[in-house]
Amino acid sequence: MTVHRYIPNSDPEVKKELLDEIGVKDPEELFAAIPERIRFHGPLDLPHGMSEHEVRRLIEGLLSKNVKPDEMLSFLGAGCWPHYVPAVCDEISSRSEFLTAYTGDAYSDLGRYQALFEFQSMIGELVAMDAVTVPTYDWATASGDAVRMAAIASGRREILVARSTSPDKLSVMRNYCGRLAEIMPVDYDHQSGQLSLEDLKEKMSPNTAAVYIENPTYFGFIENQGERISNIAHDNGSLLIVGVEPLSLGLLTPPGEYGADIVCGEGQPLGLHMSFGGASLGFIACRDEEPLLSATGHRLVTISTTECRGEWGFTYVLPERSMYAAREKAPSITGTGAALCAITAAVYLSLLGPNGIRELAETIMQRSNYAMKRLSEIRGIKAPLFNSTHFEEFTVNFGGRKTIRNINQALIKHGIQGGKDLSKEFPELGNTALYCVTEIHTKEDIDRLAAALKEVLK
Amino acid sequence: MADSRKLGIIVNPIAGMGGRVGLKGTDGKEILARARDLGATPVSPARTIEALREIAQVADSIELVTYPFDMGEEEARESGFDPTVVGSITKNETTAADTVNAATEMLKCQVDLILFAGGDGTARDVCRSVGQNVPALGIPTGVKMHSAVFAVNPRKAGELTVRFLQGEASLCEGEVMDTDEQAFREGRISAQLCGYLKVPYEMESVQPSKSASFATPDEKTSQDLIAQCILERMEDSCYYILCPGTTVKAVADKLGVAKTLLGVDLTYKGALVGSDLNEQQLLKLIGRKKAKIIVSPIGRQGFIFGRGNPQISPAIIRKVGRQNILIIATSTKLSAIGLGRPLLVDTGDEETDRMLSGYTRVVTGYEEEVVVKVSS
Amino acid sequence: MTGYRAVTWNEPLVYQLGRKGRRGSAIPAAEEQLKVKVGDVLSKIPEAMRRREPANLPELSEPEVVRHFIRLSQQNFGVDSGIIIGQGTCTMKYNPKINEALARSPKLTEVHPLQDSSTVQGILEIMYRLGKLLCAISGMDEFSLQPRGGAHAVLTNARIIRAYHELNGELEQRNEIVTTVLSHPCNGGSPAVAGFKVITLYPDPETGIPNVEALKAAVSKHTAGMTITDPYDTGIFDPCIDEYVKIIHEAGGLVAIDQANANSLFGRLRIGDVGADLCHFNLHKSFSTPHGSHGPGSAPIGVRRHLSKFLPVPTVEFDGKKYRLNYDRPHSIGKVSGFFGVIPAVLRAYAWIMTMGAEGLHETSEVAVINNNYLLGRLLKVRGVALPWIKSHPRRLQEARFSLQQMKEETGVGIDDVNRRIVDFGIQKCFTSHEPWIVPEPFTPEPPESTPKEDLDTFAEVLRQISQEAYTNPEIVKEAPHNCAISRIDQSPSRDSKKWALTWRAYLKKHK
Repeated sequence: MTVHRYIPNSDPEVKKELLDEIGVKDPEELFAAIPERIRFHGPLDLPHGMSEHEVRRLIEGLLSKNVKPDEMLSFLGAGCWPHYVPAVCDEISSRSEFLTAYTGDAYSDLGRYQALFEFQSMIGELVAMDAVTVPTYDWATASGDAVRMAAIASGRREILVARSTSPDKLSVMRNYCGRLAEIMPVDYDHQSGQLSLEDLKEKMSPNTAAVYIENPTYFGFIENQGERISNIAHDNGSLLIVGVEPLSLGLLTPPGEYGADIVCGEGQPLGLHMSFGGASLGFIACRDEEPLLSATGHRLVTISTTECRGEWGFTYVLPERSMYAAREKAPSITGTGAALCAITAAVYLSLLGPNGIRELAETIMQRSNYAMKRLSEIRGIKAPLFNSTHFEEFTVNFGGRKTIRNINQALIKHGIQGGKDLSKEFPELGNTALYCVTEIHTKEDIDRLAAALKEVLK
Repeated sequence: MADSRKLGIIVNPIAGMGGRVGLKGTDGKEILARARDLGATPVSPARTIEALREIAQVADSIELVTYPFDMGEEEARESGFDPTVVGSITKNETTAADTVNAATEMLKCQVDLILFAGGDGTARDVCRSVGQNVPALGIPTGVKMHSAVFAVNPRKAGELTVRFLQGEASLCEGEVMDTDEQAFREGRISAQLCGYLKVPYEMESVQPSKSASFATPDEKTSQDLIAQCILERMEDSCYYILCPGTTVKAVADKLGVAKTLLGVDLTYKGALVGSDLNEQQLLKLIGRKKAKIIVSPIGRQGFIFGRGNPQISPAIIRKVGRQNILIIATSTKLSAIGLGRPLLVDTGDEETDRMLSGYTRVVTGYEEEVVVKVSS
Repeated sequence: MTGYRAVTWNEPLVYQLGRKGRRGSAIPAAEEQLKVKVGDVLSKIPEAMRRREPANLPELSEPEVVRHFIRLSQQNFGVDSGIIIGQGTCTMKYNPKINEALARSPKLTEVHPLQDSSTVQGILEIMYRLGKLLCAISGMDEFSLQPRGGAHAVLTNARIIRAYHELNGELEQRNEIVTTVLSHPCNGGSPAVAGFKVITLYPDPETGIPNVEALKAAVSKHTAGMTITDPYDTGIFDPCIDEYVKIIHEAGGLVAIDQANANSLFGRLRIGDVGADLCHFNLHKSFSTPHGSHGPGSAPIGVRRHLSKFLPVPTVEFDGKKYRLNYDRPHSIGKVSGFFGVIPAVLRAYAWIMTMGAEGLHETSEVAVINNNYLLGRLLKVRGVALPWIKSHPRRLQEARFSLQQMKEETGVGIDDVNRRIVDFGIQKCFTSHEPWIVPEPFTPEPPESTPKEDLDTFAEVLRQISQEAYTNPEIVKEAPHNCAISRIDQSPSRDSKKWALTWRAYLKKHK
């Protein structure tokens, strides 16, 4: 084959120089370690290689089979939310020094350690906790880690989780818990959606490691009873884990102030494009205490000083805890997480500032509340289902006439993507969908949705 | 280091002199005289200086306490220290008693670590004096070195001492062994377990944390986890032969049974049947019932059988059967012996040794095991 | 020697920059009519839940934010900037820029995962096709793209092994997973997280690989399976792999083979052919997707047909006309992360495989292995460097684990010192080894196929120079770095809770 543009030493002359130095004639000899009985002699069942132009045509051609984003007005949320991503975020996240780096020390990679520490600091401020770990893949996996942390730190084996948590998240939690802990559901009030404190108290036991709640909940409303839940948990010697959506914290009391021991959440709203659910970040924060920190498998980056006064350095805390060192003794898995996403989130939060995040949260609430009002005006629709205060998502119930599936199919014809169908996940809610409205939805967009729904329900 | 650390140095000036001239050790005036006659020269002083040179880098923050003349004072000065000298000896006529006294003095001075230069005999003397009341580490200079209390070489001894004093090494219990004189007279090489010292240990590259956690259990917690695992497996209608050692003792502790540290004990249905038993007593008590052995590797080379537990004779081993031998050891212990290195057996009977050889599982934690080779 | 000078900005923390009142964003206000209609939404928030103090975030203008993070990026070291041959097991190959450009298409970035499948046929097709290509490369039957990293993939595979035995009613009995200590730590760690007891095999000191007898001793009716990395991080290929598979299968277990080191195997070995039941690839390693300063990565798992039913949901399916996401898989282990996987990485990997084609992949493994063995020869000429198990394995595949023990004993200079010195030359430090260090003073270089010969020679030459320094003037190495953005870091906060600070607010509290 011709010399490959990504493989400088595929040049036959260079290859021969290398082989001569090694002392072999045929590169095949270098694969002698693989026994003949299992060797594959090809060719691989793959097409021929392509030039860059051909690859571009191929991929762009495939992607064009997607409907153009600006031709689809979407009201989907449920763990991945549409927000405006500032150009600066794209600029920094495409810096090749960040993009193509990996695991150097702070001597060569000072930038990524510092950016990560800054990210950790900002999350700490948002949730009011002093310790923040290196982030993991997403909220679901972060909640799995948080649950393991609580079980290990407390030595207990039961985790009480609000029934209003998304089943997908519960599935991930269970896959993470292994035999370490068992997830048990706690009821919610069917009017307000708030956690049932009676059911919580009843389910608390000497074996309860922690209570896990979300704020806002999966259904989009604010859980008001944080402090009371925290007291119930702590009185029982259990921990409180709170899962959060970070932009809401521009307006809401941070969990650290109502007794959370561990906080986890989704960083995708912080400057990450939705990317079909492929760009996310799970952050974990906790009280800055060794027993808790020892119970996490994530890397912990601390700021430090250097020999030179006035310089910042960075290193790892208790490095022997992570799976790289502790292997099967590690509290949880440690791996290539979401560093670039964290750096992007640091940029995003730096741009927002304290006023920006408050204004953003407020305008989101205004728009979503407007949407709830408009939709409730339509006959056959109850929005929201729960009478609590909502942030950016809300449940919309369509009565008994049409299924969510049918409604959403019909909406597509209007160029609108309706909310997530909850009817299978939560049959007790009937024909209900989860709608999301953020700062990217204009009044016109919302009015358009209302008109389309009205049409569809006729 | 914020606070100053106290380091005790004890040198056995005559340890190792026998080796060069083909003698087995230098315990006793007679043998020492013979060694000198054969032209032996002291080994310990030079090695001690080699170790101390490593420590000299942090001399400012260490207070050195040592014994006079060539039991430490000379070596310390030569390495650039200004030591505090305690005790008194007769130069050139030091004995085991001097080592014992030195160790006692160091303990009184509340040193953080006793660094001693010598062999098994010296280790035995230190152990007799201070037991596990103060950590100790050996600079290897003797001929007999079965004990698991020595660093690999003098320089490493120095390095490990610095690490320990800086709070960057944890403590592991190391067996102190010495020649089984009886066996020696009968022409066999065997070592007996004299006791335990608390020895600093540093696993390659992993710096142990000061506080134990889920991921980094300290030695005690590891032993506890192993004990828990063993307990869950114990069968009712089976005798358990508990061999010497702290890890096996942890199993006994979990059972709620008193165990001798250095001897072989027997339990049945969770209760102690006999303590510190010999081969005959064991065979008598077990009779024809099913029996299992719980054993932990002993000494620097990791002997399963043959050093420190002669009571477990080939007869007992064959009676119990290979599949009923439970080997337990913490990862730290296996690391000290050498990861991937085989554990050893030397029962005195070739056939029994052969039966025991091969690969076997070792319990190293609650839900953790490793597979190691056993060789004779 | 290389003339490198580190960029040094002494850049303060973002919290030390800016000024009260500054901002870098403008939030679009909602229309007046809308605001009138909804009224004061903030008053709807219950008192106790209303944030009292504004969140303490930095207050900078946009240009200040840009400068700050650009400066940080300049003080970071990526594959695009310089030689990262030292980072073995990471496969630091070139990340093609066309793949970056394609991954930024709004047709991917602006798409919500739950959109009706009729609106996302393009992305679904790319996901589907990547799965098929991975099958062709590996010889496995079906892939899931959901796991996001190697440890995550092994966890997923371990959960599938559990599900398999549970379905057969044997889960209680089969609670042990066998692994080897030279496999990646996640091969032991992830099964433990999944709920298994772990039995670890050690390598034979002579050969560097476990003895088959050791595996036989480890296997019993309690064996659920084996997790193993092949080739190992030492660059040694375990030729007994198919025998291990046989032994495990005969015992009733399943085998999951970690293919993080697949860069040497393209077109030479298909892991399905040795009998693997499960495997995983790291797209951010062999498949050229960028490492992102430590994530996001992506690690699809592959299974044989009999295990398909356990794959995480949803899977991507094609009925001849349309692509869809299938959630209707009753035996699935459920989900291991939200949504479907790191789709931007999926797209990049697909583009890379299509770019390379069959011959390109064949050339990749060939040149990667040639590069490594060439470098191996040159490094062995450096004083103080040794190759463990050199008698049994004089050649390695895509990487090799060396030891600087000799240098350490002769000069006191070890790998930690060398790693701090090598960055002075504008070369990234070496990966040492995962714990425990079976090889003393280890380092593990891996020169992927995108490395030009000049880089191999430079790397070897720099190591030779550092070795010379170690033997003649060790202080230079021990006191390194001398040419980096910062000096020697104070490591004491690592273990001191009174000193460590994971956030700026914690730092201020502890170091007032």
